[in-house]
Amino acid sequence: MAVQMLSRSPVPDAPDDIRLTRRGGRRHWWWHVLLAPIALLFALPFIQMFLTALTPASEINKFPPRLFPTTLTLDGFEKLFAESDILRWLLNTAIVSAVGVTAHLVLCSLAGYGFARLRFPGRTFGFFAVVATIMIPTQLLMVPTYVMFARVGLIDTLGAAIVPWLASAFGIFLMRQFFLSLPAELEEAAVLDGCSRLQVFGRIVLPLAKPALATLAIFTLLGSWNDLVWPLIAINDPASFTLQLGITNFQGDRRTDWSLLMAGNVVATLPLILFFVIAQRQFIATMTFSGLKG
Amino acid sequence: MASTTAGVRRRSALLPQAHAPRAATRPGSRKERRRAGIQGWGFVAPALLIVLGLSIFPAVWAFWLSLQSWDGFSTPTWVGLGNYQAMVTDAALRDAVGHTILYTVLFVPASVLLGMALALLLNRTLPLIGVYRTAIFVPFVASAAATGILTTYLFNPQFGLANTVLRALHLPQQGWLEDPSQAMVVITLMSLWGQAAFTTVIYLAALQDIPVELLEAARIDGANRWQSFWHVTFPQLAPVTVFVTVWQVIGAIQLFDLVYTTTRGGPLDATQTIVYYLWQTAFKSLEFGYASAVAYGLFAVTLVITGGVVLYSRRAKVEAF
Repeated sequence: MAVQMLSRSPVPDAPDDIRLTRRGGRRHWWWHVLLAPIALLFALPFIQMFLTALTPASEINKFPPRLFPTTLTLDGFEKLFAESDILRWLLNTAIVSAVGVTAHLVLCSLAGYGFARLRFPGRTFGFFAVVATIMIPTQLLMVPTYVMFARVGLIDTLGAAIVPWLASAFGIFLMRQFFLSLPAELEEAAVLDGCSRLQVFGRIVLPLAKPALATLAIFTLLGSWNDLVWPLIAINDPASFTLQLGITNFQGDRRTDWSLLMAGNVVATLPLILFFVIAQRQFIATMTFSGLKG
Repeated sequence: MASTTAGVRRRSALLPQAHAPRAATRPGSRKERRRAGIQGWGFVAPALLIVLGLSIFPAVWAFWLSLQSWDGFSTPTWVGLGNYQAMVTDAALRDAVGHTILYTVLFVPASVLLGMALALLLNRTLPLIGVYRTAIFVPFVASAAATGILTTYLFNPQFGLANTVLRALHLPQQGWLEDPSQAMVVITLMSLWGQAAFTTVIYLAALQDIPVELLEAARIDGANRWQSFWHVTFPQLAPVTVFVTVWQVIGAIQLFDLVYTTTRGGPLDATQTIVYYLWQTAFKSLEFGYASAVAYGLFAVTLVITGGVVLYSRRAKVEAF
């Protein structure tokens, strides 16, 4: 069931819900009256974010407050780049996400393929262990993981933020389910032609797995880019701050410098907003799958 | 070095199987079984090591820690079930549980109903529908850090948008995050803003799975829009509703991020949740043993809720899991 979700978009398209509009006929306007204010309400926080980032500091605390600034300025961004290590944090987060996504794609698809197609002693037990870990809440792991990382010297380094994103039970599970849904005949033919399993995996299976890999990549990107709790615990050195940790700390220091704070917020959020708008279908498939994995 | 050898062996391991149909790849001789083992584990071991090393191993260690009193530096002392006993009489923990329940009660029904309502609204073809969907879904990518900054700005008592709107309507100004009785409500509202996309998307997928014939039949039988929703659509959505509710409850009782980035547990500890308390106990007070016990308590509650709902839905023949 879950994997079927991947292969088709959960967002309805034209033909099969014409029935819903037929009754209303031309009276579309009624739906717009309902939907437009809701959409605006959801967009409002982001609109405020962009506007405030471009508002001169002198206008923000004025009374009465106004929604639209009279002048737009890049002062907030200039101050942000001058007074914070935002570029460093951005780079750190980009590294964490890039390594996390790459490692996830490679390791989880290998393991997913192994569990789906290969027969070997311990396979059932191994997969059972993976599924069991999905139930364990991260809060339970914080203290021992911190102690563990401290012993190997990872605390306060970027490595501490990277290691938890190298692979996940969810990723292994997702890839296994996907590979199980592929017909095995093609792979058997390749094996008969003398390909090794690794060649079959790389040349035949992976190219077919693009939808599942996209889901996994988005899942990992969102999680690693936005993670706050773990970096908060594991990293106290500003040089190794991630973007999320950086702007959160900044918020504590600069409570009133709103154009500066919102500029930081734009830097932290805009990449994902743009990516979402471009790859909306894939994002939605990811949400649906992560919801239906139970 | 070791991995190269394994790689070479892995390749050759396939030769004996190459001429056999799939059913016969079941390893026969001891040698073949060993080759299959090396090959299989070669594929799964790297990911498995990371996943188990970062979950089952620390989970067992956390249980061990929960039986001790330890600050992370000095020698741990064995306290047996002492930490678990202390939880029973811990007034701060009891308050945190209360705040967490308050948030769960506010957030879960609201998010389920909002998701269902938005899905019903968005499940149609209209000009601009794509724009509406994007506007409602895009907050899903906002991090807790970003949401926290936006929340403190929008709900700032002096110049925030929320009070500006109230002022324009000639309604009394509110303290929002600075008012102990309102802070959790504000956090709930912003959680809904960020997570509405999730429940909406799940419900949209479920709506698409309802057979068209059912709704057609209801219409032919003369059902109006409300009747066909209540008698056809709503019952069809039941498994998804059970599933989404459990999922949101599990998420709600783990609330931490947004509290950290808005109120840090205040004002007057009004937003101190279980996980916030856990984090403080572990990493501010350095009570590693006690924090681990609290974490296990939370884990137990999660398991009981999930297990209970799975059993209930099996008995009620609602196949949510």
